[in-house]
Amino acid sequence: MSENLVVPTMAEMMAQGQTPEILFWVGSAGSYDDRAKKITRAFVKILNKANVNFAVLGTEESCTGDVAKRAGNEFLFQMQALMNIELLNAYEIKKIVTCDPHSFNCLKNEYPSLGGNFEVLHHTQFLKQLLNEGKISFNDSVYKGKRITFHDPCYLGRANNEYQAPRDILNKTNADIVEMKRSKNTALCCGAGGAQMFKEPEKGNMDINVLRTQDALETQPNIIATGCPYCNTMMSDGVKFSEKESSIQVLDIAEIIANAQDL
Amino acid sequence: MNFLPNIIFAIVLIIGVGFFAKNVKKIIRNIKLGQDVNRTDNSSARWKNMALVALGQKKMFTRPIPAILHFMLYAAFIITQIELLEIVVDGLFGTHRFFKTGLGGFYTFIISFIEILSVLALVATVTFLARRNLLKLPRLNKAELLGWPKKDANLILIMEIILVTCIFTMNGTDEVLYSLGKSHYEGMGSFNFAVSQHLGPALFGGMSEGTLHLLERVGWWGHLMMVMAFLNYLYYSKHLHIILAFPNTYFADLNPKGQFNNLESVTNEVKLMMDPNADPFAAPANPDAAPAKFGASDVQDLNWVQLLNAYTCTECGRCSSSCPANLTGKKLSPRKIMMDTRDRLEEVGKNIDANNGVFVPDNKSLLNDYITPEELWACTTCNACVEECPVNISPLSIIMDMRRYLVMEQSAAPMELNNMMTNIENNGAPWPYNQQDRLNWKNE
Repeated sequence: MSENLVVPTMAEMMAQGQTPEILFWVGSAGSYDDRAKKITRAFVKILNKANVNFAVLGTEESCTGDVAKRAGNEFLFQMQALMNIELLNAYEIKKIVTCDPHSFNCLKNEYPSLGGNFEVLHHTQFLKQLLNEGKISFNDSVYKGKRITFHDPCYLGRANNEYQAPRDILNKTNADIVEMKRSKNTALCCGAGGAQMFKEPEKGNMDINVLRTQDALETQPNIIATGCPYCNTMMSDGVKFSEKESSIQVLDIAEIIANAQDL
Repeated sequence: MNFLPNIIFAIVLIIGVGFFAKNVKKIIRNIKLGQDVNRTDNSSARWKNMALVALGQKKMFTRPIPAILHFMLYAAFIITQIELLEIVVDGLFGTHRFFKTGLGGFYTFIISFIEILSVLALVATVTFLARRNLLKLPRLNKAELLGWPKKDANLILIMEIILVTCIFTMNGTDEVLYSLGKSHYEGMGSFNFAVSQHLGPALFGGMSEGTLHLLERVGWWGHLMMVMAFLNYLYYSKHLHIILAFPNTYFADLNPKGQFNNLESVTNEVKLMMDPNADPFAAPANPDAAPAKFGASDVQDLNWVQLLNAYTCTECGRCSSSCPANLTGKKLSPRKIMMDTRDRLEEVGKNIDANNGVFVPDNKSLLNDYITPEELWACTTCNACVEECPVNISPLSIIMDMRRYLVMEQSAAPMELNNMMTNIENNGAPWPYNQQDRLNWKNE
């Protein structure tokens, strides 16, 4: 994996007197987590291929504060939010896209009352637009005969009522799209939300990601698709727990497209 | 004429309604103990919510079987009020079937409609009892329902059976009396009510006139007494949703479910902290004002809509049966959060009543005495409970406000979360990575 990705930063853009059409908010997981970084790279590959005029904040980006807020630390959240808003406003950012539904929700819904008003898209929404505009396409023979089930991230689905964009993309893959018994608004959480990603679960009789993976396994999928780096980790762990990792892949929607673009 | 029944009737009515009004005032007083929150914006969306969710029971129908059964009860409950109105008129003025003369054929239609719905309601009630006690549905038999809540639920269902029995006793005996020309309604023949024209002769045919009149009065008075008893039982039961579902859906949060409120008191402090020109030694603008409390440790810290939520909850448990934490055996149960909030609010209310309108600290609080941190920390904030609630209650907002108290007032977050938050403070990410490495993925 050493293809050169073109990833301009806002600082470089500004130095050249340019304004990108869109800011790609990478998020902490997408920047540091080894699995999530692959999603980030897949998404950037698509952006490059579609010639999207974008930039990232690079080392100037900082945590949205979302996870601190869900943990109850409103102080830390608002400090992060106000710092980020100052930066985003200084760069006159109008439109943001992100691969993380938690950042998406936070930037879209919780930043406005603190002074950050941006048009915010989840990458599945943006990718759907690119597909509809004919700016990207994919080889639809790659997934022929495969079964794909989509796990709804809570902060994309229930939190923001976006159930359709990822499904519209998957429907173009020529794969069999199979729904879990709990899907869309009744989808079960992967277990990572509300800052659970960063702590051990409370005492119970099962881990949430194992239960959710059982839902997915019931559909006998070849691929479990999702649109969130945290869901991806939880579902991957669940698949490993069930010792199915040799036959079932857990992939982000961006990876599903990138893998079929012959990139 | 003997006016005694009319007088007794009026007294029963006044006592019943008066006592209920007293409890309504208490509920309103308790709800107002909550913090202020503005939920009067966007009234058209709010009316729409109320019409669809409360009146139309839209969210019930995601689970069709209980939804249909519940709808039978609901429809019967609404329409029976017409018969109740007639009972009130008849009771106060000593008339009998006052509406029949004026309405004619339409009266036959309405009472028939009531009777058919009452049969359906009876079917629903018996099924509900079976679901609770024989089929032992998991969500209706969770830990928090053991004891009083379970008895409460069964009691309500039994009261409904008695009510329906009264209606058919009253109409059935009157049907037989009318066929004998002995009804208090002038004339002779059949009322032609859909159910009682058959049920009446089958059950009560051949009884003496005296017995029939007695049973007719038992049914008639029984109906009124059950309604008065039920009305006044509401406040002590979990059943207030039949009224409060309407304001509750009207005042529900209209924002996307993922949007948690930004605490204004925190914004002021953070802005002051980040302002390089702020004077750190400045005296507060109002030195006597109590410093803002961050988050909630007791019911008075919650907002009034959250308290209204607590009174509205009818303990159906759809929230808990969809909660990922509860499904995997954790202690958290969103329904218990609502039941605890109400129980504590009632306790605070009784404290105020006992102390001449002033709350005297009782060394108890919603946090710890009712809801433990273990429950609060098990929540994934996934919004499944909020999505499921048929009357738009948000247990999640209470959980969040209590987490805020634990973290901001008590620094009592689990250790791993403290590490995560320290990382964010130090290097702008929940993991201990160098901020300068944020773009390294580009070249990996």
